[in-house]
Amino acid sequence: MRDTIRFRLNGAPVSLETDGTRTLLWVLRTDLELTGTKYGCGEGLCGSCTVLVDGRAVHSCQTPLAAVQGKDVTTIEGLARGGRLDPLQQAFHDEGALQCGYCTPGMILGARALLAANPHPTREQIVRGMEGHLCRCGAHQRIVAAIETASGRRGGRDD
Amino acid sequence: MTDALRMPRRDFVKALGGGVLVLVSLPPALTGAAPGPEQGRGYPTDVNAYLHIAEDGTVTLYSGKIEMGQGVVTSLSQMAAEELGVALGAMRIVMGDTATCPWDAGTWGSMTTRFFGPAVRAAAAQARLLLTDLASRRLGVPRAQLSVEEGVVFVTGHRDRRVTYGELARGQLITHTVDERAVLKAAREFAVMGRSPKRLDGAEKVTGAAKYAADIRLPGMLYARIVRPPAHGATPRGLDTSAAQAMAGVTVVNRDGLVAVLAPDPETAERALRLVRSEWDIPAPPFDTESVYDHLVQAAPNARTTESAGDLEAGRQGAARTFDVTYRHPYVAHAPMEPHVALAEPKDGKLTVWASTQSPFGLQGQIARATGLRVEDVRVITPYVGGGFGGKSSGPQGVEAARLALAAGRPVQVAWTRAEEFFYDTFDPAAVVRLISGIDAAGHITLWDYQVYGAGDRATEVFYDVPNKRVRIAGSWGGEGSGPAAGAARYHLFGVGPWRAPGANTNRFAAEQQVDAMAAAAGMDALEFRLRNTTDQRMLRVLRAVAEASGWRPGVAPRRESRGRGLACGIDAGSYVAHVAEVTVDRATGAVQVERVVCAQDMGIVVNPDGARMQMEGCVTMGLGYSLSEEVRFEGGRVDTASFATYPLPRFSWVPRIETVLVPNDALAPQGGGEPAIVCMGAVVANAIFDATGARMLRLPMTPERVLAEMRRV
Ligand code: FES
Ligand code: FES
Repeated sequence: MRDTIRFRLNGAPVSLETDGTRTLLWVLRTDLELTGTKYGCGEGLCGSCTVLVDGRAVHSCQTPLAAVQGKDVTTIEGLARGGRLDPLQQAFHDEGALQCGYCTPGMILGARALLAANPHPTREQIVRGMEGHLCRCGAHQRIVAAIETASGRRGGRDD
Repeated sequence: MTDALRMPRRDFVKALGGGVLVLVSLPPALTGAAPGPEQGRGYPTDVNAYLHIAEDGTVTLYSGKIEMGQGVVTSLSQMAAEELGVALGAMRIVMGDTATCPWDAGTWGSMTTRFFGPAVRAAAAQARLLLTDLASRRLGVPRAQLSVEEGVVFVTGHRDRRVTYGELARGQLITHTVDERAVLKAAREFAVMGRSPKRLDGAEKVTGAAKYAADIRLPGMLYARIVRPPAHGATPRGLDTSAAQAMAGVTVVNRDGLVAVLAPDPETAERALRLVRSEWDIPAPPFDTESVYDHLVQAAPNARTTESAGDLEAGRQGAARTFDVTYRHPYVAHAPMEPHVALAEPKDGKLTVWASTQSPFGLQGQIARATGLRVEDVRVITPYVGGGFGGKSSGPQGVEAARLALAAGRPVQVAWTRAEEFFYDTFDPAAVVRLISGIDAAGHITLWDYQVYGAGDRATEVFYDVPNKRVRIAGSWGGEGSGPAAGAARYHLFGVGPWRAPGANTNRFAAEQQVDAMAAAAGMDALEFRLRNTTDQRMLRVLRAVAEASGWRPGVAPRRESRGRGLACGIDAGSYVAHVAEVTVDRATGAVQVERVVCAQDMGIVVNPDGARMQMEGCVTMGLGYSLSEEVRFEGGRVDTASFATYPLPRFSWVPRIETVLVPNDALAPQGGGEPAIVCMGAVVANAIFDATGARMLRLPMTPERVLAEMRRV
């Protein structure tokens, strides 16, 4: 089945002639060669594949391509604007909120959606908001600190 | 040593252009690189590191190690920059490429800094000497009158009489081999080491630019899905691939037991795989999650004794109290967020393989053996690795991709699904410890009879002063008794292998709980009991450091107030660690929340303090998993926990406040940092649960059900 799927990807329009039931994750990673979005489980259970659709965080591994028809999709590659890192990217870098880095794109986009909905979350709210994201390296404490820093609340380990 | 061994491949030198190339050749004992089958193939296997100073002043370190999150891109660069006298920003690093990097056994065992670090530092120190020699000739002053700063050599006190490394390297083609330890800087002279620059891989990783094996794209590449058995040990009875074969764009490969579908995109491959009909004979399960422990003891290989002193019987007689306790540790998965991936490209009878592996040279050899290619015709390139923890030490997916690529004559990617990752993981083995110990009336440990089945000997050294002791090891995560093909007894039904500080988590779980139980029985504070029973100065220092940082107040466990605190300590990878954990236990559900963990670590010279803390925090967080939730459940060869839904990893809400203390010890060369801080996590949480409830948790993981059950028994 061929569908025409049009959406905005990282600010630029794209149009794809493909089967709309395909999965956004694989279309991004293969057809569009945007490999910053990661596969971790394919079941909606790890958050590695998180992208923003109209500003909301979704699991791209659970999102059919047709669902983004006419929408705005942001991947990790589209977060820095004009060569400037997003404050979250900067904060993750500054706080050392990553180790292997594999969960990082999903973490940053998840946090971006969290801050969009709640610009000054409490630590509690950050923890709850990020609960669906797994990080095997155990960078959690610094990820929370980075999100606090980016939100303007002074982060750091000792509150 | 022959010249052939001392020379890097000529084409490599040629490819570098001019400049200065320093090779370091340190004996295997110093680098942890035990000679393997990959040696003796006309490759400079005795060389541990290359350092190249190009004519433009760029310094490149070539290392067979890989970056999987442990931060060695940064710490190795720091070490080279320090000894060479250049700014960190002038360093480039090439890792894990078998074509350009010196042979290396693999990245594991917290050995990169401990054993490879000296090679890097020696290479850089030697390069500095070499360059200052050149400068001394160029500037016409003896070397002793020269200083080096940020890649510039100048006459001390006359900064205008100067020459840069790049200028010195120009027009040179110097290859120099170091085979003894050069004079390294002392810790007080450090300008780059001992500091915490931001991770050098950070920018790439926050922008999504960092490439992992699954991110490599080649024209015409195919995506493979492989037909898998429902259980380990299953044998194929029937196979029908015709429906998959009929799909447009799909190729089926069926060779020597490897059955796969190949398609131009991963989703088509997935659909094709679903059309394959396969039937299997599954052997009756000989044991399962519950009965494995009896099996481990019964089928154990002969024990070897690693330590013994005094007279056990006398120890028993002289004890005021004895303790005979059995501890159990389940199979635990590595579960890196990046599953195993490899992309193999066949060209002109050679193969290039990009793989997520902790052992590029090991994989190169494996692929050569499996395909019949010559080792030198296989190149393994390791992009960033998305977590390893020991689980990417062997590379079956690389072999699969290589075989399929040769069969298809096109590049083929094999990317394991999460379910495959959980199925083919080389688990941390299930293990049993039986520990018989005793104390006298004054609270001295008089007896320590330690027997472990299946976990090996790591972190079993008895650092308490016990007059009558014996440590026996039966079976390990590696070598004898490991792996599905290890003899007729089939000790394990699936692969086992090294898991972050292999075996040490099991061993400390047992030993430090036992010590805690003895302290409680003696009516003594857990800290005081430990201080009284060891004279090991490094241990005493970390114990005191963790007590001070955590605000430890004397008290005897269990206090049974639903809140509790625990203490545990250990030695791993040359580092000393001590932990204090504070927990709350929900009396209604048995759920444990770890509120705070303080970890003190003596790791010798600290190359990158913030990087060291990151590893400690990672260890503590990962350690929560095997402590509280992680257990591979299985029935015979069938793995029932092949998803994050059934195999829960630590989440944000589980993570305690983690405080790390680096106990200074600059007299000691850098020791391991990626593993030590995980080894006490099971014990320290168990000890805190005991304090909170009076319940002893002798089996991992300490799930709410198990905690509740034990609470009911006290
Ligand atoms: S890959 Fe989508 S949630 Fe795990
Ligand atoms: S940084 Fe490795 S999984 Fe999060």
